[in-house]
Amino acid sequence: MLAEKALDLVRELQRSLDGTLPPYNEDKIRQVLEEMQTLFDQNKDKAQFAAEGQTHLLSAIQLRHAAIRRNKRCLLAYLYNRLDQIKKMRWEYSSVLPSDVKYNMCEQEVQWFNQYNRLLANYMRTLGDNGGLDLTQDMKPPKALYVLVRCLVDHGEFETQDGTTILLKKNSQHYLMRAECENLIRQGILEHIVQ
Amino acid sequence: MLVMKRMMIKYELLMVWMQEKHDSAGDYKDELNSYLDQSTPDPDIGVGTKLELPLWLAKYLHRDARGIVSVETPKTYREGYRQILAADPSVVDLHRLGPHFYLAGGKLAVLNLPDTQDVLKTLLQTFQGRFRQIMDGSQNALHTDLTNQVNMLDQSERKLFMAGQRGLLKFQSWESRESEKLSTSSVVLNQRKRKWVGPSKESSN
Repeated sequence: MLAEKALDLVRELQRSLDGTLPPYNEDKIRQVLEEMQTLFDQNKDKAQFAAEGQTHLLSAIQLRHAAIRRNKRCLLAYLYNRLDQIKKMRWEYSSVLPSDVKYNMCEQEVQWFNQYNRLLANYMRTLGDNGGLDLTQDMKPPKALYVLVRCLVDHGEFETQDGTTILLKKNSQHYLMRAECENLIRQGILEHIVQ
Repeated sequence: MLVMKRMMIKYELLMVWMQEKHDSAGDYKDELNSYLDQSTPDPDIGVGTKLELPLWLAKYLHRDARGIVSVETPKTYREGYRQILAADPSVVDLHRLGPHFYLAGGKLAVLNLPDTQDVLKTLLQTFQGRFRQIMDGSQNALHTDLTNQVNMLDQSERKLFMAGQRGLLKFQSWESRESEKLSTSSVVLNQRKRKWVGPSKESSN
């Protein structure tokens, strides 16, 4: 059936769990592009005859044209929604992505992510008073300046703002400034303890 | 428009009954060959054949070059089902009638079929009839208890239901002071789960 592969691509995206990006299906995309090219070539051949007055070919040409447009739309939806997903990841992971997430992205998507980072950083620098406002911090309204955290995995050494280094070992508890450990909590390395 | 793209494309795979129309010039053979109908050995599809086509294709062929196809309303939007929906909308299993009942019905309206007005009116009335139950269910019970109800909803209703559920869950987490707590993002958690499954798969090979 026409445009079936393109629909598969879109379905693949729908099936993926929220937040995880499936690997860039380069193969399928190439097949869809090939299909579009075949249809276009067929149309080009027949179009000449149609112009000379054989009207019964018109419907076939229209059909192929509709299929080409459909393929294009599916491809664009696939690419666009992937980029959207990647954009959301910037706000979850901070500017460095874990390597297995990066593995699922294609070259251009990685470049796009880097450019988005730069754009976001430039924008954040222009806000606020002292050289910028970090928008990715304080995603929930803060209740206190310092927070009590417990470490979930061994993360090595961590240097706080006033210079003291803390060793983050599994199950160790620390009393740190909220702004610094917010990032680590989001990534799952620390755990916020509420009384 | 662009953001909705993913959802919209999925539903457009609905099948629509079609019948090929005569060209006024008389014998009009279409070269719509093996793409459409795998069953016929004949490379051309003659005039007057009835086919099932996806909505996007039917829409295109019906609109621009009227001489190609004419369209009949799909079964689930016809008189019979319309009467069923008018009788009592809240007990009908809309998911079975096509998971994208509302969206596809909206798209059908563009085709300018003779009973378009009735179809649209039915869609509206069905939604009005079912809305109350959806709201009730989503705000007062958890998703797991209501699987029976959720299974009968179509995709757009399910999205509505989930939005209501999210509101309920957020309120509950606020009550239990869990919303004060900073937590790992769900994205990271999901990714962790998948990563953990990886090594065990390799070891089993």
